Amino acid sequence: MDFSLTDDQKMMQESLSRTLESAASLERVRRFADQAGDQSLDIWSALTDFGLPGIVIPEEYGGLGLGLLDAALAAEAFGRSVAPGALLGAVLAPIALTLGGSKDQQAAWLPKLASGEAIAAIAISEAVAGARDGAGVTASGGKLSGKALFVLDGLDAQLIVVADTTGGLHLVSGDAAGLSRELMVGIDLTRRMAELNFDKVAAEPLSGGKAVLDRLRDAGWVLLAADTLGACDVMIAKAVAYAQERKQFGRVIGSFQAVKHLCAEMAAEVEPCRSLVWYAAYAFDDAPDEASLTAAHAKAHTSEVGRFVARTSTEVHGGMGITDLLGLHYWFKRVGLNRQLLGGPERVRRLAAQMQGLTA
Amino acid sequence: MDLKLTPEMTAFRDEVREFLKTHRAEYAPNAGAERPREAALAWQNKLIEHGYAARTIPKAYGGYGAAPDILKSRIIAEEFTAAGAPRGFASQGISMLVPTLLEVGSEEQKTRWIGPTLRGEVVWCQGYSEPGAGSDLASLQTKAVEDGDDFLISGSKIWTSTAAQADMIFCLVRTEPAAPKHDGISYILFDMKTPGIEVRPLKTMTGSAEFNEVFFTDVRVPQSAVVGGRGRGWFVANATLKHERGMLGDPNATEARLAALIDLMKEETVDGQRLIDDPVMADRLMQLQARVMSMKFNGLRTLTASMANEPAGLAAMVVKLQGCEINHQLAALAIDALGELGVLYEDGPHLRAKGSWQRSYMFDLGLIIGGGTAQIQKNIISERGLGLPREPKLASASEKGG
Repeated sequence: MDFSLTDDQKMMQESLSRTLESAASLERVRRFADQAGDQSLDIWSALTDFGLPGIVIPEEYGGLGLGLLDAALAAEAFGRSVAPGALLGAVLAPIALTLGGSKDQQAAWLPKLASGEAIAAIAISEAVAGARDGAGVTASGGKLSGKALFVLDGLDAQLIVVADTTGGLHLVSGDAAGLSRELMVGIDLTRRMAELNFDKVAAEPLSGGKAVLDRLRDAGWVLLAADTLGACDVMIAKAVAYAQERKQFGRVIGSFQAVKHLCAEMAAEVEPCRSLVWYAAYAFDDAPDEASLTAAHAKAHTSEVGRFVARTSTEVHGGMGITDLLGLHYWFKRVGLNRQLLGGPERVRRLAAQMQGLTA
Repeated sequence: MDLKLTPEMTAFRDEVREFLKTHRAEYAPNAGAERPREAALAWQNKLIEHGYAARTIPKAYGGYGAAPDILKSRIIAEEFTAAGAPRGFASQGISMLVPTLLEVGSEEQKTRWIGPTLRGEVVWCQGYSEPGAGSDLASLQTKAVEDGDDFLISGSKIWTSTAAQADMIFCLVRTEPAAPKHDGISYILFDMKTPGIEVRPLKTMTGSAEFNEVFFTDVRVPQSAVVGGRGRGWFVANATLKHERGMLGDPNATEARLAALIDLMKEETVDGQRLIDDPVMADRLMQLQARVMSMKFNGLRTLTASMANEPAGLAAMVVKLQGCEINHQLAALAIDALGELGVLYEDGPHLRAKGSWQRSYMFDLGLIIGGGTAQIQKNIISERGLGLPREPKLASASEKGG
């Protein structure tokens, strides 16, 4: 029995963090955010050299052949650096192709995704979080019509995995006729969401239906939770560092219990979350019976803890916490977006109760 | 990460299961506030004989004598919880005194006390807190004055849970009044029937007297009863306080309570609707389930660290704070879901679960306070875990016991 990371995983964490430190330094993230996704920064290509786009792609297709736990550790590192980059699609699209794609579909896309030649986006928000503003995609005669909202990296993706209103999944090429995409600008400018409009767009169906969609949902929940976890780590570390240096009333504010207890509360909430997120990722790979419930709880609970940490860390920073100068808000907003993507905590908990058969 | 059990561990788990199935008729819980009854003593001895209690205590001192194996201990705990079987005694004598004696006791003290304590023949109480020394335990004032080969002990202790039925007390007393406050304390063992001891029950908000106050007037105790050296009591006691904090955050017990709460919400109805079908109640239940799960997996993480002899850091420091809070919240939800039924307390046709949810709601608040208050836990987390500075000492506060 071993509930710890392997040496390989620890090494990957370290070298990915080092890569992100330069590729996604706060100064570069700021430029990306201020200039509507400045592509010249090319943050993703540094990560491509790292092999990240192929993290869960089988080795026969040029990937690293790792599991969701490894991908979750990468997501944690992304959250820590508030890094832009199409990680969610890079993990979920290969899972969709591996579980529901034909040999031909796999051969057509997996090598391109692994090499970073193509990036992927996942349009499953309506199927998981519910349809808003009349969104929803219907499939008829091999063509998709309707719209999908809140698609991370949907603006640039060459491959889009789309869920229709019955839970069926489809592959759509980014240059397909009848597909139009628009930027949806949110609070979190470190990642870009798109609205996709489908007007009889040619699509290839994936097999497996709802079962594959559930796997994508579970993996998505774990990755978003891990991203929040990484962001929380940084927000706590920044609050602690600030509390050790900022002086008022002749003392560092971290020597006041009113302040240090806030820091303790953040740590006390986040540490068990780390265990929950890691376990959910492990369960996705190795304990399928527990995967959906632990993923749901990881997503919902980490979202709640994330909100608490984002707010509390900002408060510990006092007035500086709300300034643009300090940049703490990038983490604050990152956590805010993660909370709502693929379902807010209340919705996810409702699903958690249903999947155990506790409620109808 | 690999949470599968090895064949050896699977075999061990099956062995525990088999034992529990075979001996189901002998299950006998230790009835809380009283001395253990005969059936409970028999069960305890059966557990020791099979290595399901006192597992790692050397045979020479009355234990089972197995090599420490944290995973096996964990499997035992899990299987006993799953079977609803009473675990080995978790009295203060066994949980706190025995590890202390093993660590720092003299050979004579180990031989004399450990065996009878494990078997439940000698019941202990813990004399740490005083009316004026709670969170600031090191400021305790109960004094032990030299008188020939003896000490004469005077003062008072509070929150002494098993004082009324205890044969013996392990007690912190001030033997060196002139020394700095942490250095003037000794850890000493004595008989509760010694002349000069008065025990008064301390009734709490639950309606029961789960605790006592104990008063000492010139209680004569031989100096040889000190454990771990004169003036070393603070360090001796601290070595075992960590055992108490670990005990207060047992995730297996919490999981069993969550399961009971889920059953309650599925069985009970209001207006003909199951309690769990109220979306607000279901949402609260799911929030708690996530917390219980996170602490369970956190337990696996700290377990892995101890198996590798590595410090578990923050993951371990948060256990007491979170574990006690979650138990309290579970009881709170049970009461809220039951509504008016949830405030009944005396035996009667409408009372649910013998009033146990109401009792835990109140008693668990005591556990949030006891064994290091939530606020002291936050000091520990922020100072030792996060490296924030200690509260500056007031200029007037002396380093001495006074």
